[in-house]
Amino acid sequence: MAAYNESEFLICLASKLMEDGTTAFVGTGIPMLAGALAKRMHAPNLVPIFEFGGTGASLEKLPLGVGDSRTFHKAVAASGICDIMETATRGFIEYGFLGGAQIDAFGNLNTTVIGKYWPPKVRLPGSGGANDVASFCWKTIVIMRKHDARSFVPKVDFVTTPGYLTGPGAREKAGLPPGAGPYRVVTNLALMDFEPVSKRMRLIATHPGVKVEDVVKATGFELLVADEVGTNPEPTEKELRLLREEIDKDRYYI
Amino acid sequence: MKLLESGTGELFQPPDPDGFREWVHTRKNTKMVDKVMSEQEAVARFVSDGDYIGTELYGTVRAPMSLVRETIRQGKKHLRVAGQGIHEIDLLLAADLVDTLDITYIAWEVYGISSCLRRAVESGRVKTTDWSNGGITWRFKAAAMGVPFLPIRSMLGTDTFKHSAAKAVEDPFTGKPVCLIPALFLDVGLIHVHKADKYGNCRVEGISGFVHEMSRASKKLIVSAEEIVSTDEIRQYPEQTVIPCYLVDAVVEAKYGSHPGEMCYRYWRDGEHLQAFLKDSADPAKTKTYLDKWVYGVKNHADYVNLVGMDRLRKLESEIGGR
Repeated sequence: MAAYNESEFLICLASKLMEDGTTAFVGTGIPMLAGALAKRMHAPNLVPIFEFGGTGASLEKLPLGVGDSRTFHKAVAASGICDIMETATRGFIEYGFLGGAQIDAFGNLNTTVIGKYWPPKVRLPGSGGANDVASFCWKTIVIMRKHDARSFVPKVDFVTTPGYLTGPGAREKAGLPPGAGPYRVVTNLALMDFEPVSKRMRLIATHPGVKVEDVVKATGFELLVADEVGTNPEPTEKELRLLREEIDKDRYYI
Repeated sequence: MKLLESGTGELFQPPDPDGFREWVHTRKNTKMVDKVMSEQEAVARFVSDGDYIGTELYGTVRAPMSLVRETIRQGKKHLRVAGQGIHEIDLLLAADLVDTLDITYIAWEVYGISSCLRRAVESGRVKTTDWSNGGITWRFKAAAMGVPFLPIRSMLGTDTFKHSAAKAVEDPFTGKPVCLIPALFLDVGLIHVHKADKYGNCRVEGISGFVHEMSRASKKLIVSAEEIVSTDEIRQYPEQTVIPCYLVDAVVEAKYGSHPGEMCYRYWRDGEHLQAFLKDSADPAKTKTYLDKWVYGVKNHADYVNLVGMDRLRKLESEIGGR
């Protein structure tokens, strides 16, 4: 087995969650690399959807933004943001892939401010399309590069993007479309899902060499632990070669 | 309709559909006449201090960078801005011309977060109201429809809603909560396109972003084009016209107008330039040096193109690749 770094592991694991033939709303950053890898590995018919209109791009070259020309290179359609957001509203998009700065036990994400709203201690980018993606896609997969108590917090400073909000039934009560919500969280340590009744984040698999208690300790809220905790597969030689030699040659991420 | 909750964010541009109609009827030149002019004339005539302005698409992609640089050179100030943006918004913030931001996302995507935004907002100099990207674009769509608001189904339940100026109401048809977003009518829209004729009939290639919505939501609309084409060419493929001439107040020829951003099928982004700016922008003094060189230090877009140099631009053209 070749040596790999945390980013490479994260990308490979996230890519395995992208199911062939499905529609996936792809946010900027790691989700793009995961999509590009999935298309080359097990999911040639994955339809990546980018918020400014790119639908079904080949991802031969890594997009550097959600509207750049690589998001619609050899695509099946190039429309606009209203079309994409309305397509998501109508329930056509299965998966949403997002990143965040902070996440809580219900999968709520913060990418807006650290500290109070205005003037904030740190002003972050804002929602972008993330709030819409997590409102509408049936299953939202969150990718967090650093699993620690600063990012996995009891209460996010600002709910930019909805997870299960305050718990079971809260999304529906607020008026969000029923049946959607966070599905998986992928980090540099582990893979989590959301326990179906409480809607709280639950550890389901760790990376090789990572102990359950390491993950629990790195989480700033009470992390549920599944009865059986699996081990996530390591990146293969082929995946690493594709990532390093084709997808992220310029080393933006890995 | 029962009002359930109101966002606490300030509404920087309250919707006024009748005011917009009145403007079109009494102030707008909707005639099919030659509207080609220099960027100096276009910005001088159609952008005023205090205006609410919008730009399309965004900072690294088909962005009206030459028009933004001219707006900064002319020192148009107290601007109110809608921000899904990167380089264009950073430059306006760095030049201290912005008072308020309807913000959905201002950062550098693959390259990192925006120091210009951080300084402007964390210091309390620029006020913000937050929206989702869908939310802000549907605000343009509402304006494009000429209606005061639209119902949408995102933003609900979040702090993005709380710090927006949206309202949650009980939908009179389903009885479920729905989010109402106010129409965003722009004083000025700045849009860069691939081709325009002298009257302002415009085409874009690739994704359309929010060109339909913003062009129709703008009281005054300045378009810059990579290429001015004949109206015969426009008439040959009328289905490709995304902006018809009556929406447009000024047409500015600006080859490489999106630089350092990309223009699909024409030139790729100038990553070196963008990353150098991003690095410099962490330091206010270096940010000023950038503005002095690339914005204030050139007299117009032609001058800017010379400063970038044709070798660099040819290289970017070769990097965009084919279809």
